[in-house]
Amino acid sequence: MARHVAVVRFPGTNCEFDVVEAVESLGGTAEIVFHDRSDLGAADAVVVAGGFAHGDYLRPGAIARFSPVMSAVAEFAAAGGPVIGICNGFQVLTEAGLLPGALQKNAGLKFRCEMVELRVESTDSSLTNAASRGAVLRVPINHFEGNYTCSAETLAELRGEDRVVLRYVDNPNGSVDDIAGVCNAGRNVVGLMPHPERACHELLGSTDGRPLLASFL
Amino acid sequence: MTFEVLVNVSLRPGIADPQGATIERALPALGFAGVGHVRVGKSIAFTVDADDEAAARSTVEDLCHRFLTNPVIEDSSISIAAVAPVD
Repeated sequence: MARHVAVVRFPGTNCEFDVVEAVESLGGTAEIVFHDRSDLGAADAVVVAGGFAHGDYLRPGAIARFSPVMSAVAEFAAAGGPVIGICNGFQVLTEAGLLPGALQKNAGLKFRCEMVELRVESTDSSLTNAASRGAVLRVPINHFEGNYTCSAETLAELRGEDRVVLRYVDNPNGSVDDIAGVCNAGRNVVGLMPHPERACHELLGSTDGRPLLASFL
Repeated sequence: MTFEVLVNVSLRPGIADPQGATIERALPALGFAGVGHVRVGKSIAFTVDADDEAAARSTVEDLCHRFLTNPVIEDSSISIAAVAPVD
């Protein structure tokens, strides 16, 4: 079943081509949708790709969330469609209120660019349903503001509802409860800081991103 | 009327501030003793046209809540002053 993916691009997004390449390598089709569009075409899934939308001015994602395309993404998410936010896309989805919490500067104030290990904590989400619970995946990170933060109440809710879908094996950025990825209550919207699209080919050092992306294809 | 506005954005109490902590750790090496509780925020200055100060404040509060701060991690304080009319 070939599925069509809308890859959202803002001014400053820089991972959209990697996502398109990875989706196509998995048998799906993809198109890049610019931020000023108010429809997503015939998409079966949406990926908000990483980068530095609007220069990360004010806060990462703060300006991007007001783009016309984000209204379409919110409608698509409300209808149950899979929406995946990767890195800066995760920041955009939290700013847009489609996912709880916020991403703040890494503990240690270092830009972290390295391969990390992620443990699949739940396979009940649009990003993890083709992965195995408990599996450890090698996927790279590339961020300065990836320190996931939320209120104690939100954290209790995320844990109670099994909505922490990915955790770092060795926390690189200070994220609360080692959180690398979370989903919404409907489990169709997922955000994660690591880049599965950069772990889809042996030449890139890992193919562990494939089961994640395959989950919505 | 035109009002000059200054919004101070700060991290909410209890939210870790790695920038503030890094600055604080550097202070002893520079010879500053007794300086603590460093928190880093940002200030945003702009003008607002409104009928009166209450209306201006209402606009700015809405702006702060929806755009200038992320209420999950940030608070804001607002100062507003009318710009003296030019004759």
